[in-house]
Amino acid sequence: MFTGLFYTLREEGVPVSLTEWMTLMEALDKGLSGASLNGFYHLARSLLIKSETYFDRFDLAFYRYFQDVETSPELAERVMKWLEKSLPPKQIDPDQRKAFSPWDLEELRKALEERLTQQTEEHHGGGHWIGTGGTSPFGHSGYHPAGVRIGGKSVNHSAVKVAAQRRYRDFRTDDTLTTRQFEVALRKLRELSYNAEGPKEELDLEGTIDATCKKAGNLELVWERPRKNIIKLVLLMDSGGSMHPYSRLCSQLFNAASKINHFKDTRYYYFHNCVYDRLYLDPYCMKNSSISTNEVLNNLGRDYRLIIVGDASMSPGELMMPGGIISWEEYNEEPGIIWLQRLFSQFKFSVWLNPIPGKYWQAFYGSESISLIRRVFPMFELTVDGLEQAVKGLKAKL
Amino acid sequence: MDRPAFDSTGNYLVSTDLRNTVNIAVALGRPLLIKGEPGTGKTMLAKAVAESLGLDLIIWNIKSTTKAQEGLYVYDTVQRLYDGQFGDHDVSDIKQYIKLGKLGESFNSEKRVVILIDEIDKADLEFPNDLLWELDVMNFYIPETKETITARQRPIVIITSNAEKELPDAFLRRCVFHYIDFPNEDMMLKIIKVHYPDMEKTLLDEALTAFYWIRSINGLQKKPSTSELLDWVQALVVGGISYKRICSDLPFLGVLLKKNQDFEVVLRRLQAGGVQRKASSTGARRGY
Repeated sequence: MFTGLFYTLREEGVPVSLTEWMTLMEALDKGLSGASLNGFYHLARSLLIKSETYFDRFDLAFYRYFQDVETSPELAERVMKWLEKSLPPKQIDPDQRKAFSPWDLEELRKALEERLTQQTEEHHGGGHWIGTGGTSPFGHSGYHPAGVRIGGKSVNHSAVKVAAQRRYRDFRTDDTLTTRQFEVALRKLRELSYNAEGPKEELDLEGTIDATCKKAGNLELVWERPRKNIIKLVLLMDSGGSMHPYSRLCSQLFNAASKINHFKDTRYYYFHNCVYDRLYLDPYCMKNSSISTNEVLNNLGRDYRLIIVGDASMSPGELMMPGGIISWEEYNEEPGIIWLQRLFSQFKFSVWLNPIPGKYWQAFYGSESISLIRRVFPMFELTVDGLEQAVKGLKAKL
Repeated sequence: MDRPAFDSTGNYLVSTDLRNTVNIAVALGRPLLIKGEPGTGKTMLAKAVAESLGLDLIIWNIKSTTKAQEGLYVYDTVQRLYDGQFGDHDVSDIKQYIKLGKLGESFNSEKRVVILIDEIDKADLEFPNDLLWELDVMNFYIPETKETITARQRPIVIITSNAEKELPDAFLRRCVFHYIDFPNEDMMLKIIKVHYPDMEKTLLDEALTAFYWIRSINGLQKKPSTSELLDWVQALVVGGISYKRICSDLPFLGVLLKKNQDFEVVLRRLQAGGVQRKASSTGARRGY
């Protein structure tokens, strides 16, 4: 039953497995869907979808699969009754008729069905809802085709309709991050914390007691790896002018990152468009609160993980030429790209997060510098998906 | 359905979707996984389900150090060691050192119970995987005593998560999932009425308008949630605030907002334009 939906879901990229599908079949067998499309929508969603980030894709798939489905006979009958009541014979002047001519009765009925499903109670004499009393929009052609979609707040009764609303679009992981998603995404960095490296140097008290008991009281010491975090992180962030549209996004990232105290050490530095011989301690990028890049590189060991956040969009000169630095008062002996390569080779693990969506990397004004930088750093989008991939990259063993 | 179905209780209002989902999970005997913004009543749900179905509730609070094994049983080796040393007990009977955990308790209960595994995402990443088998077949084996504990009555398992960690796929495949949306104004009005039935309507309307306005402000680090609104409404009543002042002054704002920055953001917006009223919202509420 509905096997097509299974494949439609998979086409939308929803990870539905056979186990879940069989559970749905079992539930249908038990009649848990209440024999309505609406019931089926919620049943299917609660059994097949396990994360709110997939609700939107589920809605899309559901809508695609069921959009042409027949309305149930009882609903159709109710609509017919409504139709009879709410369409009193009335004179329509030609102008109004003209605006409405592309609509045949079939379509009108369909629209009415849709509106009916939004309606929670009878509305007599209203100008919007289906109602008796002759002022219904359907009666005198005051109806606007777009009106149905805008609809009231209480849309809950048509599953396809609910699906078409796509209320869960916000939760898609491939959209750029919002506040809420940021926290979740950053918590993914916590995965970094679990680490199998390091010597076994802590006494495992429980293990010792266990082992000693098993040896009937002869002391047997058991050692385990400390569960301390040995991950260290450096965050370098672009606070240049072209980053302004993303500044909120980035400050949220930093707020959230500084809240996470799971890492052994986290360092933050700022730069303007590209990294040169000095890094800044705050986003204002003033020389009096800066530190020599070399000093930073010398102080940080290879075991730090480097995350650079920036749009990587600048004129290629800033990247490739000595003296390309954007501030007038300063001059860089070596081109920015050298500094970037130096950063990359300093750390074992490094990634670049770009708030510009990946599909524009080829076609943005910064495409040239983006492609140059991508030759140095693995670049990911600053989205949940991108961050996830980046975290994987940071965890990978070279 | 032949068995009693879950519905709203005296002090817990449930949306139709959630109610159906709970009943689906109960009928299928699958664990129910609940996610949602803080303050949307995830933990309260389990209490309401237990109350509504007339069952006992067992709560297993998960902490970052909780291990799956603890939920099943704990073998108190230390006690046994002591007893062995002092010789005042017969230590050969291991059974007396096996203590059932919360999950074990719920299996062992004579009556059917509701077990709440609260904030499962707090624990180690592998935690949910370690419980897969036990939640699936509802039994576990205690090697020390060579005993198998089997659920006498399949308990209703409710699991909440704040999405701090991703849960493993294998675990998710076995769950029924529901995401609790933040209540809209109509639902919120009902929720407040459940808690404070005698609240003045004008005051409530104003408080709700202000509350949803604050929630709509971008850039808040922590949006106020239901429980904070309930506190705030009570504070307004206790403080004897006139409803006219609610939207203009936002009295007792500290009850709603817990962060300094948020405070400043809201006050700035208040001075800039004040509480924006949506023309539609009042109309919609009247219809209810």
